[in-house]
Amino acid sequence: MDAHRRRHRADGRPRRGGLQQHKLVSLWGIGELRPITASNDWLTIGAGATFTDIRQNAVIAKELPLLARAASWTGAIANQNRGTLGGNIVNASPAADSPPALLVYEAEIELVSAQGTRRMPYREFHLGYIRTALQPQELVMAVHLPRGRRLPVEYLRKVGTRNAMAISKVALAGVGAMQSGGVQTVRIAAASLCETPARLPATEAALLGQALTSGRIQAACKVLLQEVKPIDDIRSTASYRAQIAANLLEEFLEQMAASGQETRP
Amino acid sequence: MSAAEIQFPEIQFKVNGAERSVSVPPMKRLLDVLREDLELTGTKEGCGEGECGSCSVLLDGVLVNSCLVPVLQANDSEVLTVEGLAHNGALANIQQKILELGGAQCGICTPGMMLAAEFLLRKNPQPDLDAIREGLAGNLCRCTGYMRIIDAVKHSIQTPLSAVVHPPEDTVRKGA
Repeated sequence: MDAHRRRHRADGRPRRGGLQQHKLVSLWGIGELRPITASNDWLTIGAGATFTDIRQNAVIAKELPLLARAASWTGAIANQNRGTLGGNIVNASPAADSPPALLVYEAEIELVSAQGTRRMPYREFHLGYIRTALQPQELVMAVHLPRGRRLPVEYLRKVGTRNAMAISKVALAGVGAMQSGGVQTVRIAAASLCETPARLPATEAALLGQALTSGRIQAACKVLLQEVKPIDDIRSTASYRAQIAANLLEEFLEQMAASGQETRP
Repeated sequence: MSAAEIQFPEIQFKVNGAERSVSVPPMKRLLDVLREDLELTGTKEGCGEGECGSCSVLLDGVLVNSCLVPVLQANDSEVLTVEGLAHNGALANIQQKILELGGAQCGICTPGMMLAAEFLLRKNPQPDLDAIREGLAGNLCRCTGYMRIIDAVKHSIQTPLSAVVHPPEDTVRKGA
């Protein structure tokens, strides 16, 4: 359901679960929040667009496939029919399915209030565990994704207990390009490894310009394990998450290396 | 204002083809309005948090978990529950196949499973096994192991809700 609900209890703890008897305003009927529109440079997803809307959008399917895939892995069909992108982002679980794809695609987020709108890089939106840059009188208006910047390697994998209706133990998104045998561009983001959905700049920096030998890949995994902060919780353990995160990074980097082979003259 | 003086807004919607109207707190769950105010107890609560699918209904033709829909969001909408699958006393095809193939044991998941199957078949009249599994992935069953439910969906392909072929007498004789 819409998660643009007030998050604060009297003692400051986030509210959880159920349909609380507080003063709430339903955003469901606000038409301006729902559309997905494409301009030459941007694909704009209204905060009220559902995961089903995202899955059914032809531009997303073609140009932003990691986002379509993430939407298909969110809950199950009935959840996708009602759950919205804005809700997923503002609920701000570190395990949320959409953020890793949004982060590697370098999304921007637009916020609206009575004072007007503001727009920021989405990677600056999550401030800490379930804390975002959203001000009390603000709503998420839309998420904007740049078009025309597709990279040849795109990777997204979610590890959980089932094929559907699973909260991730770990998820990793990666996009990149090789040139002349080295990493030219790479962007990596993770769910369930930090207290927020997170880009992994240290891991990226360790890879830039590098040839992807198995030694280099192992070195990058070591940097990754320094950069992330997996925890023990109801779903998994820190050590399992660390191992899986390294496996996923390796899998992504092997795809990068293979793409480098294909483009060599 | 005392509790006795509170006037709840009226929610007007169509349920299984009939115009209904209830005066309830707007945040009351659609699930509870169906079960308590409209006495349509076919829709079940398994988890109350949108993870089991027992409460599945069609809202304006779209599969939703009714435990997560505040009834105010169903105003001016059309709701289809399990009670609305049969037509003029004749079972829908998915219901008949669930019966014939032993797709129900305790029955708690069954209404939600059938609504999910109905939604799937309306969108995709010829689903393969992967599509059936995906369509029902939001519906948990603790009894059957899912195989007979999936078989029932497979066997009900080609004749969704609109083409009912089984009058009630047959179901009593053929029932497992």
